[in-house]
Amino acid sequence: MTAEGAGIQDDRDRSPVSGADVCVVGAGPAGSLVADRLAAAGYEVVVLEAGPRFDDGDRQRRMERAIRPYYDRPDVWDGGGERDAYESTGEAFYPLNHARAKGVGGATLHWQGMVMRLHEADFASGSERGVGPDWPIDYADLRQYYAEAEGELGVAGADDNPFGPPREEPFPMPAFPPSYSDSLFAPACEELGIAMHSVPNARNSEPYDGRSQCVGYGTCQPVCPSGAKYDGSVHAERAQARGGAAGEGTATVIDRAPVQHLAHTPERIEAAVYATPDGEEHRQEADAFVLAAGGVETPRLLLLSESETYPDGLANASGAVGRYFMDHLFAGVGGRLGEPTRQNHVGFLTSESHQFYDDADADVGPFKLEFFNYAGPSPVELALTGEDWGDELLGRLREAYGDHVAVGGLVEQLPRPENRIGLHPERTDDHGNPVPQIEWSIGDRARRTIERANEVQREILETLGAEITWTVGPADTGPAYHHMGTTRMGTDPAESVVDPTLRTHDLENCWIASSSVFPTGGAMNPTLTIAALALKAADHIEAALG
Amino acid sequence: MQLTRRDAAAALAALGSGGAVALAAREWRGTGGRAGGAEDDGAGPDGGAGSDDDPDLADDRQVRDAMVAVAEVVYPSEVAGIEAFVEGFLAGRLEREGHAEGLRRAVADLDRLAEAWYDGPVAALSPADRDSLLRETGARTAEEVPDPAHVPAADPTAAERIRYYVLNDLLLALYASPTGGELVGIENPQGHAGGTDSYQRGPGR
Repeated sequence: MTAEGAGIQDDRDRSPVSGADVCVVGAGPAGSLVADRLAAAGYEVVVLEAGPRFDDGDRQRRMERAIRPYYDRPDVWDGGGERDAYESTGEAFYPLNHARAKGVGGATLHWQGMVMRLHEADFASGSERGVGPDWPIDYADLRQYYAEAEGELGVAGADDNPFGPPREEPFPMPAFPPSYSDSLFAPACEELGIAMHSVPNARNSEPYDGRSQCVGYGTCQPVCPSGAKYDGSVHAERAQARGGAAGEGTATVIDRAPVQHLAHTPERIEAAVYATPDGEEHRQEADAFVLAAGGVETPRLLLLSESETYPDGLANASGAVGRYFMDHLFAGVGGRLGEPTRQNHVGFLTSESHQFYDDADADVGPFKLEFFNYAGPSPVELALTGEDWGDELLGRLREAYGDHVAVGGLVEQLPRPENRIGLHPERTDDHGNPVPQIEWSIGDRARRTIERANEVQREILETLGAEITWTVGPADTGPAYHHMGTTRMGTDPAESVVDPTLRTHDLENCWIASSSVFPTGGAMNPTLTIAALALKAADHIEAALG
Repeated sequence: MQLTRRDAAAALAALGSGGAVALAAREWRGTGGRAGGAEDDGAGPDGGAGSDDDPDLADDRQVRDAMVAVAEVVYPSEVAGIEAFVEGFLAGRLEREGHAEGLRRAVADLDRLAEAWYDGPVAALSPADRDSLLRETGARTAEEVPDPAHVPAADPTAAERIRYYVLNDLLLALYASPTGGELVGIENPQGHAGGTDSYQRGPGR
């Protein structure tokens, strides 16, 4: 671990691979899934990852960082510093580094692990809700990929969501049973006519795919020491192990190799130019390129790759690269019940509700409700921050812990061109490249949706009999760190960056696998859709390469 | 409430040290001595740096005696079995590069202040004097900061170092263990791999 003083110099070979068919930029879940699929299909794949390959043996130490007050959230995965510098200059501050993790596995190292499918109407916001664009593909186009993605990630779930989109296949693992606090919410929700249902989790409820079942460390976000929570390193490792079976290709993951720019002709990308820790630069050539660096670094790389032919950045004839930046917004209400609610035993959710999701229209967007299993303070974290010890400290902990409840939720934010990722005109990163400049604002529809979610949340807590002690509403909402929209998918090259096969309109050998292609965001956590799109992209690349 | 071997193993996990290996018996040797404790056996430090090498780093025995003595003050009065519990998790801490050096330096700082103000190491003081000493070091109000041997960018005062390695290490170990959690009403606290049953259970079941 870098911050532990050992340093991360190593003598790993980071030279380019000759004869590569495919070069993938980014070893998060999207890039790793694409790499694994294409290596399995017989191609020679190289993955360039800006961050390091983390040692699984360090995860307990990272958990300690997650608990101790000295460490900020980015410290858990060695984030921050000049490498990750950025500027937030919009109406609302965007805390970009809070949940980023650069390294093999990407942001799934840090994520919560909720994996819902988008609803059918999310693919047709313009037609169904009268606002925003329709996707150029619909739920039926992704349905099989969703099922495959659930198998790849390992999803524990139950087909008990009366509002969810249609599905035929069962989840790979049974859902985690409801929590005790879910059982406290149930009568209140029943009285209000709100259906509670299980949460699909990319977290093993039983041993799966060679990984442990959840053992309850309770620090899922930002780190799972047991490996029961899926992260992209699973597929990065699997891809690298390919080559043994007949017809398989191989994959090489080069870590600590940030791509500086994409060398290109007017029609094609020729090479990804990447830096290595020894200060050298290298060119990785390939027949096909897949950009899978997330909704911030992907548009940034395209903008950094400007040329005489493309003075506004690569694949940006539409001017849409970096624009339409969206996130999901948090809405929540919490309080105290005056009786034990058994919070903070685990770090994941077991019940949610999509009851109001499809009421969405032009004025109020879709939102989902989450019944917390970690409302209120974690006693161990609280114990480390006071000015007391002994019996006095124990008394404080007993007073603070035990009867908290909360209902959270995510709210859709519409795509707006003024919300964007650009290049900062002055500030540069550790390689001298302009850092991302984020211009972000909330939007009136999202504010109204948060208010509506708060209304429902308050109703639930009041019916439950809780004393409400906090509300996160339109004035103090924050992002869920789901970076979407910045290389949007569409059929019109004048208005979008990639086509329905995830290939850029402008360059014939460049595909994008990321939430950056989402035309709209819905209000569902995006990673299952990212994974489904990655599998779809792999199919298209395979068809194109022949 | 009795702390157990299981609690020490849980604390080791929460503290980021390998559980079973580290929990194996460690011989608490060194040149230090705890009031009322066993006599020095004359052997050198058992692994890692010690006072033979650097007077600013406490040896194993000094660390063990100081941490047990402080735990007796900062743990709630209803906790029993402190000595074995602290020895158990310390064995792992002292094997962890970087952290071990910070811990040794923090204990050396604490004992130096104890000698200057109370004429003896913290382990030789009465519980009331240990409590006063901890307050007077400033550790009670300081924020925790690790040692640069452990986190290179850090630059702690003595109080901040004592807060990190002595006070907060002890509190983290206790409240991330099942018994420590149960004192507060949570038998599977954050940091403890306590399984996925307890979150489903109601109180008192």
